[in-house]
Formats: sequence, C-alpha cells, structure tokens
Amino acid sequence: MILALGACIAALLAAVGGGFLRGSLQRTALCLLLGVSGLLAIVAGMAGLLENPATLTLPLGLPWLPMHVRIDALASFFLLVIGALLTPVAVYSQGYLRHERRLAAMGVFLPLFVLGMFGVVLADDAFSFMLFWELMSVSSYFLVTFEHEQPENRKAGFIYLLMAHLAGLLILGSFAVLYAAGGSFEFVSMRNAELTPFWASVAFLLAALGFGTKAGVAPMHGWLPDAHPVAPSNVSALMSGIMLKVAIFGFVRLAWDLIGTANFQWWWGVLVLAAGSSSAVFGVLFALQQHDLKRLLAYHSIENVGIILIGLGLSMLLAHFGHPLLAALGLIAGLYHTINHALFKGLLFMGAGAVLHASGTRDMESMGGLIHRMPATSLFFLVASISISALPPFNGFVSEWLTFQTALMAPQLGAALLTAIVPFSAAMLALAGALAAACFVKVFGVVFLGHARSEAVAGAREVDGWMKLGMAIPALCCLLLGLLPVLFVPLMDAIPRALLDVSLAGHVHAHGWLWLSPVDVSRASYSAPVALAGMLAIGGLAFWWLHPKGTTVRRGPIWSCGTPNLNARMQYNATSFSQPLRRIFGGVLQPDEHVHMEYPAHKLLTKKVRHVLHVADPAVRHLHRPIGDFVLNLARIVQQEHQRGIHAYLAWTFATVLLLLAVFA
Amino acid sequence: MSSLPLQIAQALLLVLLAPVAAGFVASVKARLQNRHGPGLLQPWRNLAKLFAKQVVLAENASWIFRFAPYVVFTATVMAASCVPALLVDTPLSLTADVIALVSLLALARFFLALAGMDIGTAFGGMGASREMTFSALAEPALLMSVFVLSLGAHSTNLTTMIQHTLNTPIMLQPSLAFALAAMLMIALAENGRIPVDNPTTHLELTMVHEAMILEYSGRHLALMEWASMIKLTLFATLIIDLFMPWGMVAGPDAAGLLLALVAWVLKIFGLLLALSLAETYLAKLRLFEVPEFLSMAFVIAFLGLLSHYMLEVNA
Repeated sequence: MILALGACIAALLAAVGGGFLRGSLQRTALCLLLGVSGLLAIVAGMAGLLENPATLTLPLGLPWLPMHVRIDALASFFLLVIGALLTPVAVYSQGYLRHERRLAAMGVFLPLFVLGMFGVVLADDAFSFMLFWELMSVSSYFLVTFEHEQPENRKAGFIYLLMAHLAGLLILGSFAVLYAAGGSFEFVSMRNAELTPFWASVAFLLAALGFGTKAGVAPMHGWLPDAHPVAPSNVSALMSGIMLKVAIFGFVRLAWDLIGTANFQWWWGVLVLAAGSSSAVFGVLFALQQHDLKRLLAYHSIENVGIILIGLGLSMLLAHFGHPLLAALGLIAGLYHTINHALFKGLLFMGAGAVLHASGTRDMESMGGLIHRMPATSLFFLVASISISALPPFNGFVSEWLTFQTALMAPQLGAALLTAIVPFSAAMLALAGALAAACFVKVFGVVFLGHARSEAVAGAREVDGWMKLGMAIPALCCLLLGLLPVLFVPLMDAIPRALLDVSLAGHVHAHGWLWLSPVDVSRASYSAPVALAGMLAIGGLAFWWLHPKGTTVRRGPIWSCGTPNLNARMQYNATSFSQPLRRIFGGVLQPDEHVHMEYPAHKLLTKKVRHVLHVADPAVRHLHRPIGDFVLNLARIVQQEHQRGIHAYLAWTFATVLLLLAVFA
Repeated sequence: MSSLPLQIAQALLLVLLAPVAAGFVASVKARLQNRHGPGLLQPWRNLAKLFAKQVVLAENASWIFRFAPYVVFTATVMAASCVPALLVDTPLSLTADVIALVSLLALARFFLALAGMDIGTAFGGMGASREMTFSALAEPALLMSVFVLSLGAHSTNLTTMIQHTLNTPIMLQPSLAFALAAMLMIALAENGRIPVDNPTTHLELTMVHEAMILEYSGRHLALMEWASMIKLTLFATLIIDLFMPWGMVAGPDAAGLLLALVAWVLKIFGLLLALSLAETYLAKLRLFEVPEFLSMAFVIAFLGLLSHYMLEVNA
C-alpha cells in the first residue's frame, strides 16, 4: 500500500520537477522520477497480488467524502501492468526527449496522466474514481495536442476530448445507478447492493458503452486512430499500452466486482463477445490498409482490445451458466493478453518513435532497408511483431492460446445457437490473429527490409543507448512471459479467487513447471520451453552440419529478369502488399480507388499513371462526425443566447428560479 | 519417458521419408501424364546436390534472409516431432497441442514471408503478400475443422483426440465427414498445391511459394525445400491422426510397431495418391477464386460444427 502511494507521490513530484526545472535537468528529473514511480508500481503490484487486500482512507477530497483507496488483486495486477511499461518508457524518454525544446507541457501533463491512471486503479469510491479518470483524460488531451501547430493535431485532440467526456458521462451514469442501489459512493456498499435484473443491465450497458468508448472498441473507436499517432511516441506508447488497459480495468471492476458475477445475464456475455470479435477483425482489416506507421499501430490496438474482450466475454458467458473454473480461465486469458499487449504495443510504438526520430517520417511508403541502418531497433521491433502476431514462443501466443482453450472447453450453454457463437468467435480470433501476422510481415518487410525508398531513410542513424535500453526491456519481458506462463498465471490467480471464488493455480501447473495446461493435461497442454529448446537443438544441429570449415558465401546482384535498372520504387510497398485483402474484403473496407491514365495519342502509349486510394473509416463517418456536429450545433445555439441583451439574461434567470422552486418546493 | 528415443526415431523417420513422399507424388503425376518420371529418390538427390553447392546471396540480403531457412526448417521439424505417427501416446505431443502445432507452422511461414520481402524484388513481395493473405483465410477454416473434432474429444491434445477417434464408432459422427472435407481443402492450400498454388511452376504471375524463395541457393534453398516437403507429410500424418488413426499402437512392442509403420506408410501413400490424382485432374484456380475456395472450406467446417451440435450431442 505504502509502495503504491509512493508510486503516486513520485509521479506527483515528477510533475513538479517537470514543470519548474529547465534544461537537461528537467528531462533527467522527469524520466528518473517516472522510472522510480514505475518500479514502485511493479513492486507494489507484485506484493499486492501475493498479500491480502488493504484499504486506506486519505484525508483528501470533500469534507464529507474522504478519498478511499484500496489495493486488491485486480488493482495490483493493473499496477503491475502500468509499472511494467512505465519503467521502460521512462528510460526511453530520456533519449527520445533529448532534442525536444519545449518540455514544460510534457513535463507537467505526462506525470499527471500517469498519476491519473494510478488513481483510477487504486480508487475505492466512485468520486475519486471519476476524479482520477478525468485527470487521466484531460491531461492526455494536452499530450495529444503537444504538437499543436498542426491543425489536424488540434482536430484529433478535440474529437478525443469529446469522446473521452462522452465516455466519462456514461460511466458516471453507471455509477449513479449503483449509487442509487447502494446508497453510498463507496465501492463497499455498491458491492453489497441488491440490484434488480433491469437496473443491473442498465448499469452494465452504461459501463460497457463508457469503458468501450475509452478502450476503442468498434464501432466507438473513431477517435483512436486519429489521437494516438499524433502524440509524441513515448506518449503513444503509454496511451495505447496502458490507458486503454485502464479502461479494461474499469470494465472488469464495474462488471465483475461491483455489479457482481451473480447478476450476469446471458446476453451480456454475448454482447461483449460480439463487440470483441468485431473489434478484433475490424481493427486488423483497417490496420492492413494503413501506410502511416503509427496509425497502423493504433488500429492494432483496436484489434487487441477486441481479443481481450473475447476472453472477458467468454468468461461472462461461462460465469452466467455456472462454470466458474472456465470463467476464471477466460478472465485470466483476457488479463494475460492485457499485460502482453501493454508490453508489445508499447515496444512497437517506441520502435515507431525510433524510426520517426531517425528518418523524420511516419509514412511507410518512403521507408525500407532500415535493418541495415538500425540493427538494434529492427531486432526489438521484430520481437514485438512476432509477439503481436501470436506466434510461439513469444507472449502473444500464450494469451490467444488460453482464449482458444476457453472457447473450446465451453460446454453446452442453453440453446444450440448460443453455443455455436462461442466457436464462431474463436474462428474470428483465428482470422484476426492470422491477419495480424500478415500485417506485421507487411510492416517489418516494408519498413526494415528491402531498399530504402527515400533519401532521408537511406541516411538514417541508429538511436542512442537510452532508447535502445528502453526497447530492450519490454522485448525481454515478451520472451519471458511467452516462455514461463506457468510461473506467471499462478501469480494472477488471486484475481479469479477474489472475483469468482475459484483457484486456477492447482490446475495450471499440476504437471510441473514445464507444461502449461488450462484445466487438465489430457485436454490440452503447451510447453514453450520444450518447444524452444527443441528448436534450438534442431537448428543448432542443422547449422553445425551445414557449416563445415571453409565454406564461403558469395554475394551477387539481384535477379532482375534481365531488366537493367531496378529501382526502389519497383518494390512491393505497403499499399500493394495489402491489395489482395483490400479486394477480398472490399465490402467491409469500401475503398475509394481510382487509376488515372494519361495518354496523349493512343491508349497503348501511356504517358502517366496515377493511382489514388482512400480508405475511410465508416465509424468516423457514421458515428463520430454526427456526434461532433450535434455538439457544435448545440454550442452555436447557446452562443446565440450568450449574445442577447440583459433582458434575455434576466428572463433565463427567472425561468431557472421558477423551475428550481417547482422542483424543490 | 521411456518412449522418448522411440519418438525421436519416429520424428526422424518422418523427416527422412518426406522427400521420398514428394518423389512419390512427382512420379505418380508423371505416370498419369504418360511420362516415366524421375523416381522416388530424386528429391533426395536434389537436396544432396543443393547441400554441396555454394551459397550465392543477393548483395543487400540482411541477416533475416540467412536466418529464415533455419527458422523455417526447425519450426517445421519441431512440429513434425510433436505429431504422433506410430505411437498413440508420445511424451513430446504434450509440448504442443493442435493449436500450438498450427502456430509453429505459422511461425515458419512468418519468416518465409519476411525472407521474401528482404531482397526488395517485386516477386518476393508478391509471394509474401499472397501467401499471408491465403493463410489468413485458411486459418479460421482450419481451426473450425479442428474444433469439430475437439468438441467430440473434449480436447485439443493429439493423443486424447486419437484415443477418442479409436474408441468411437465412426458411423455415428456425420460431422467428421464435413471436418475431413474442410481439412483436405485447407491442406491443399497450406501446402501450396493445385488448385491453390502450383509447386512446379515458375511462371511469374502465378507463383506464391516459389516467388518467396526465388533468391535462395545452396544449403538455404535445400532447407526451404526440405521444410516444405516435411510440411506435406506432416499434414498427411495429421489428417491420418485425426480421421483414420487405425493401426496406431498404444505401447512400444515390436510387432505392433511394425504393423503401425506399415499402416502409416500405406495411409500416407494413399493420401498422396489422391493428391496426385487431384493435381492431375484439376486446374489451378484464378488468384481471386482462391478466397472463395477457402471460405467454402470454412462454411463446410461450420456446417460440421452445427451438425455436431444438432445430431450428435442431443441425440
């Protein structure tokens, strides 16, 4: 508990340091304090997962409502997630911010953003939850608009702020329902409140919509691909890596903990499952069509939040139908993917930041061949790409495998149609996973392999030691979490023990530390250490056998089919790589694609060919723009009222007084 | 763990037999086309020749290009050593269940596609793009057909699934027919056979697998070719394990093992005979008809799933 508060205080100190110091001291103080804060959060999270819950009332806040904080298994796990990414990002920022002149805004709002996330996780009453939630949203707005000279950054920031507040409003509504039932803002009384099925569903729907908007679940995701790429890369890493996870935390806290598993309805699980599956597939399909590196990664966050929700939705469904053990497995699968995604997505954004730093561009169409210029960055990026593509022996595979196992073990649930939804969502997960692999072959292939497509990229230089170290830590964690899930799952076991009253630990490593088996080894098992050891042995043998002394490798020119001058523009690029998928999924993507041919004399004598492609996000067109227009129109009406004379003001005052009298008298 | 050496021997057998199996397909196809054919051992002779040759690398090849053949080869061999071929209960099959097995092959494919992108020629990129597209569409169908089987067996562990198939009367499970049909279609796509891809073509615009390994030579090319042969035999073994495991033995006794070996070899060659016939009589699909072929496989597998729920569980 004290450690967790220490983490908060370190973040607060970092805000003070970031605001008042100047020069390189400012950067060092900011990064050092954030790093310390992250380390404290890791230790507090570990300790909290092993110990019993602790509560504390802080003499802060409103006089009749002091702040309640509580560190239980769920909070500890998310503290661990935040710390696990915050520490390497702090190290990375020491190098990344070196050339940044105006650090004041970053220095204040970055620590406040982190503090907000700690506060949300630790809060034990609705009031402090919402307070820290808003702190997180508002300070991240200033980080999104950090480079506010660009008009599109301001626009992205505005939509972000709007959606964040819409989400906040919905969450507030959910808390209001629970407050009405429990009679207090404290989570203890909400937990013990009796809810009728109707009000439970209202609270759940409001929470699901609110947290879903903040987590970027399709179709409420429209703000995300605009907001995440324009922030500085260290902030993008934190936003994609952990801020979305804080929304997942809020959802689990409200649904599992406050509303309670006893109140679950069957259609809640179906809803979450459907939202998860569609987010996963939708996110990755749109990611494949992007050529802005950071925007592509932002779409992948939508996909991964979808994967987390598939695990959570399965858990809800199974909990409702009375299979707590399998529900625990689904919950663990979703939460395991949460920490995995925090690590590899943080790493990917840091890698994208390094590329941006070195080449000055986010456009993949002008990159290429960076593996020769930036060997370390490309290695770390490769690790993250394999992890996010859910390939063994890295961590993304473990959580997707656990999700598959949960879906497979789901027994008959009521109607046959309901049961068939479960494997169908698993098939969507398989599709999303395989498309993610395709997407990261494209990203790694276009950015790091082949020839450089522009002068700036051809002259790129490797980043400094701080940034390399900041990327090395999560890369190592990705491997460790992939190799040793058997040690990590029992650590997470405190969460299902608290929320579902079942323990999974005995089942998971019943067959020794080598074999991960979700429920029983005869049902399924997976051993990353054995697989990796086997592959190293086979690969080593093959290498030793094929490399007798004195073998040489000759280098020769590329085979060009006899064409004399190959140039870099003849390579497959990001747009051409995804062309088959664009055509196959044309119904979903609705690409606006034209080819203009210029031929002055005859069709066969083409002079110039221009290919125009635009893939617009339907969520923005059909959901976000109408909401934005509505708010702006409302503001315009209010603005007109503002400009009236004193009579109108008096009339409004009179009407308000009458209304108040009518309500309260 | 006493059967561990036996399992290694079995994996070795699969790996060494794979080129012969590829030679068998080539020979049968040649006979069907009224040619003599190169003989069963020709793939082995090709591999031996390639292993002895010097490697020529493209001038801008990175370490990914040199590393990829080893990853592709080892991941495929690792997957092959987790599949039971003769013994039902093998210690290493605990390492990877069906899903992990498929993912090991996906790891191999990931590096194969990266190697295709590494040189920066249009062929490599084209092959990588198509390979990843088709495999992404094949993945849900493959998983769905595995689902049909594992719902019956309550497991994705290969040993348990084989035991379940051995102990259940086959006639009572119409869903298996759907799953088998889907699985055969996926196996064609995963191994790049006609009608999805043609392994013998070097016609520029239709290549998928060949386009990615165009720049390889010497031992690197040998490893890549060998891996794709192993993959073919591996898929055949997987289909045998899941749908027709009769003849496999529970414990290591000599007579039973011999019988299992004969049964396995016969079944493999039976499946490959069917493949050769299909490759002779079918034409390659146009590129954008492949997605329809694969979604057909998905629909068939999903029908199998529904028929499992409707006919087998409630009955």
